[in-house]
Parts: sequence; structure tokens; C-alpha cells
Amino acid sequence: MKQRQFLNFVFMSGILSLAIVALVPLFSVLYYVISHGASSLHWSFFTELPAPVGEIGGGIGHAILGSLILITMASMISIPLGLGMGVLLSEYKQKPISRALGVVIELLSSIPSIVIGLFAYAVVVKPFKGFSAHAGAAALSMVMVPILARTTEEMLRLVPETVREAGLALGLPKYKVILHVVLQGSLSSLIVGMILSVARIAGETAPLLFTAFASQQWFQGLNQPIASIPVQIYTYAVSPYQDWHDKAWGGALILILMVLGLNLVIRLFLPKRKS
Amino acid sequence: MLIKNESLLEIKGLKAYVEKTEILHGIDLQVNKNEVIAFIGPSGCGKSTFLRCLNRMHEETPGGRAEGKVLLQGEDIYAPGSDPVRVRRKIGMVFQKPNPFPSMSIFENVASGLKLNHLAKGAELHDRVVSALQEAALWTEVKDKLNASGMSLSGGQQQRLCIARALAVKPPVLLMDEPTSALDPISTAKIEELVIQLKKETTLLMVTHNMQQAARISDKTAFFLYGNLVEYGVTTDVFTTPRDRKTEEYITGRFG
Repeated sequence: MKQRQFLNFVFMSGILSLAIVALVPLFSVLYYVISHGASSLHWSFFTELPAPVGEIGGGIGHAILGSLILITMASMISIPLGLGMGVLLSEYKQKPISRALGVVIELLSSIPSIVIGLFAYAVVVKPFKGFSAHAGAAALSMVMVPILARTTEEMLRLVPETVREAGLALGLPKYKVILHVVLQGSLSSLIVGMILSVARIAGETAPLLFTAFASQQWFQGLNQPIASIPVQIYTYAVSPYQDWHDKAWGGALILILMVLGLNLVIRLFLPKRKS
Repeated sequence: MLIKNESLLEIKGLKAYVEKTEILHGIDLQVNKNEVIAFIGPSGCGKSTFLRCLNRMHEETPGGRAEGKVLLQGEDIYAPGSDPVRVRRKIGMVFQKPNPFPSMSIFENVASGLKLNHLAKGAELHDRVVSALQEAALWTEVKDKLNASGMSLSGGQQQRLCIARALAVKPPVLLMDEPTSALDPISTAKIEELVIQLKKETTLLMVTHNMQQAARISDKTAFFLYGNLVEYGVTTDVFTTPRDRKTEEYITGRFG
């Protein structure tokens, strides 16, 4: 073997083994969650309330529903806000307000989520005297908005400047160029960004602990405490009962399947983006 | 062919800046209706900036600013209260690299200027898109796939699509910034033919780095150097008996 080929071989095996090392945690997490959680996945696990302590059976249907409600509410707040901020950051980047917003979003996204939870507790839970779905959604939104604003900005920056110029040179006002050329042109990547941010907040626990709190009942109203999958997992995992530990694994498996499912949806969107 | 000597565009003392740097040092130039004007000169001497000042696109460049007068049919496009958006509907532009709107079909690309500004709809919109595509010599190639993406066309077809898009709003003036520099010789020849055809309808101002192209298709040629207009005259005169030594040196390839 020539020296050139030998070096190539050494280098290739080096990066290959690093890639394998990086994959170990992913597959071990998947293996653990599936092997521990699969046994809990019965139909009743999705549809029933938790059984009283000591009784076998029951499910986390209320937490799945609760998570869906919280995610929907948080998305309804965050998607318009995040999109708007992303447009401001990308399309009006020379404006001082846009630069200031950039810094604010940078700071907001670096705040630990437990602190966001405490903040939401102070400004939403305390004044309204109680844990609620509203408070949980508000806290999740504070996590989601900066993520969405940044991804929107990045997606819009991918639209070449020459295409914007083409729109302006046609005598289109700037807002029409943004709406019909820039946003329409990056629609599929914007949807990808939204789904990714949903996947991101689906697993957030800390912001919900002092806001949405927890519940062992079905949905009671938006101004009442509400269950969510991550908090339910937490409750079960710290308990002393083996049956609850199994249920925690089951919840984890559902959460992972949800996030993987969302990622699969994105994969289906991706080919469209290339054409 | 006799050229109608109707003045269309008059530029007086045009200066352009980026931040504090002066790019154009006061340009005076007059363009008649239905002429093709070629702008030649070495890279970085202000030809593109000049063109972009004529439809107020230069101010979209960060730090870009222009001073002076540009009279289109007697009206100063830089007058206070003049709306750059309206100016650009009268002075169209074709860029160096083809830039069709990526999310739109061939039809939608050409229709965009009319549709999004609510200038035409329905059957009229369709007719104007068809005639713009015909004028841009693209109709026969795309008539069976109007709903295909604009990005599915070849580079040369994309550039003619961009020309059709600009023509659809029927601008009295069409600016072209090196429209063939990214194209192969056959596509270039098609666009050159097109320019000669188009001057019946409109007036074309075109930046080019190709001397032969300037000589082949333009009625008048303007030679720019270091932000100044060095020479401006009938193309055959500029190429055969240039008044300025710099012009002669440039077109004979001794510098630039």
C-alpha cells in the first residue's frame, strides 16, 4: 500500500469510529426506552386514567390529551409571534429594532427552562391564584418563540437576495415581496421549522412544573391544572413503585414516538423543498 | 433604419454613493425612445450602479444613495414624493443571473407583476402572459408546461422567463445588467436577437462586457471609466472612430 492510501485508511477508520461512538448513546437510549416501555403499551394505557396506588392497570390518557392541549395552545401563541419576529430579523435586518430583537431573542433562548417556569409562576400563576393550562402554555411559548424566530430567520435568509431584488424591480411593494416571494418560497422549510419547534417543546418538563402542574384527572378546563406526558413521567419515575416505573418508561416511549413521528413528517416534506 | 428622435430618459448630474464613497461622479446622458444603449467599461467602474440608479434599485443596496435628476418622460424619478415602487413598474430590470421566483410556476412568474399589483386578472391576465412569453421568444418552448416550476427550465430559458416577467407589465424602459454573462453562446444569441426585436416596443439599456455584443446590437454605446461617462455616441462611431484615447484603448483590448 502506498503511503497516501495508508493515510487515507487511517483517517477514514478514525472518523468512522468517532461516528459510531456518537451513535452509541442514540441507540442505547432507544433500546432502553423500548425494552422497558414496550410492555406498558396497551390500548388502555392511551385511553385510561391512572389507577389508584397499588392497583395494576390504568393509563396516562389524560397526560397525552393534556400534552396535546398544551402544545396546541403554545403553538397558537408562538407561531404568529415567532414568524413575525423571524420576518423582522431577516427582512428588516438594518433596522435598529431588528438588531435589538436579535439580542433579546439570543438572551431569551439561553435562559434555563426552569427559570422560565419560575417566571411564568410569578407572572401568571400567582396573580390568577392557581396552576392552569394557560400558565403552562405561556411558559412553553417562552421556550418556543425564540426557537421559531431563529429558525424562521435562518430559513428566510436562504432565499437569495437576487430573488427579492427581482420582486422589487417588478414594482412590488416590499410587503408583497415578503408575502408572495420570500414567505411563499420558503413555505415548506417554515413548516419544517414549526414542526421542529413543536417537537422541541413536547418534551419540556421544567417550565410545566410550576405552571400547568399535574393532574390525575381528565381535562378540567383551561384555568385548571393539567397533566402532561413529561410531568407524568417525572411523577412516575420518582415514585417507589415498580409498576409506576414501568409506566414512566411507557410514557417516555410515547414521547419518543411522537417526536420521531414529527421528524418523519418533516422527512416527507423535505423532497418538496429541493425541487 | 431611421431612429425616431423622441427623448425618453434624461439623466442630469447623477451621483451615486455607497456609505460615503462616491461611485458615480455626475453623469449626464440622454436616451431616445426605441433605442438600444450598450454600457461598456471595466468591472467596478459604475455601470451596474448607474443602471440601478435608473429604477431606484441602488437605494436597496445597504448604504446606497443617489443624487441628481433622472427624467422619465419629463418627470424626475428622484423628485420628493416620487414613489420608487411606481418608478419600477415603468422601468423594468433583468439581472445578471436568472432569478425566477422559485416557488412559482412559469405562468405565475410572468403573471406576478400584473397579478400581485392587481393590474390584470382572468382572461386579460392570461393573454398578457402569453404575449409576454411570445415577445421573450419563449412561448413555443413552454406553452405545454406553463404550470411547471420556473426553476425546471435551462439557464437561458430562465433568463428569457425573467425577460418575459419584466415585459409583462409593459415598461417603457427595460434595464439589463449583463443579461448574457451567465449563459452559453446559443442562449446568448437568442437573447441578442430578442433585444433587437424588443426595441420596437421598448427602450433597452444594457450593461455588457462583450464588445462584439455591444457592437452587434446597440444603437448607441456609453463608455464608463472610474465612475465617469467618458464617451457616449452612436455605436459605429464609438467603435470605429472613438473621440477619447481611453475608449480606443479599452475597445481594442489594451486595458480593462
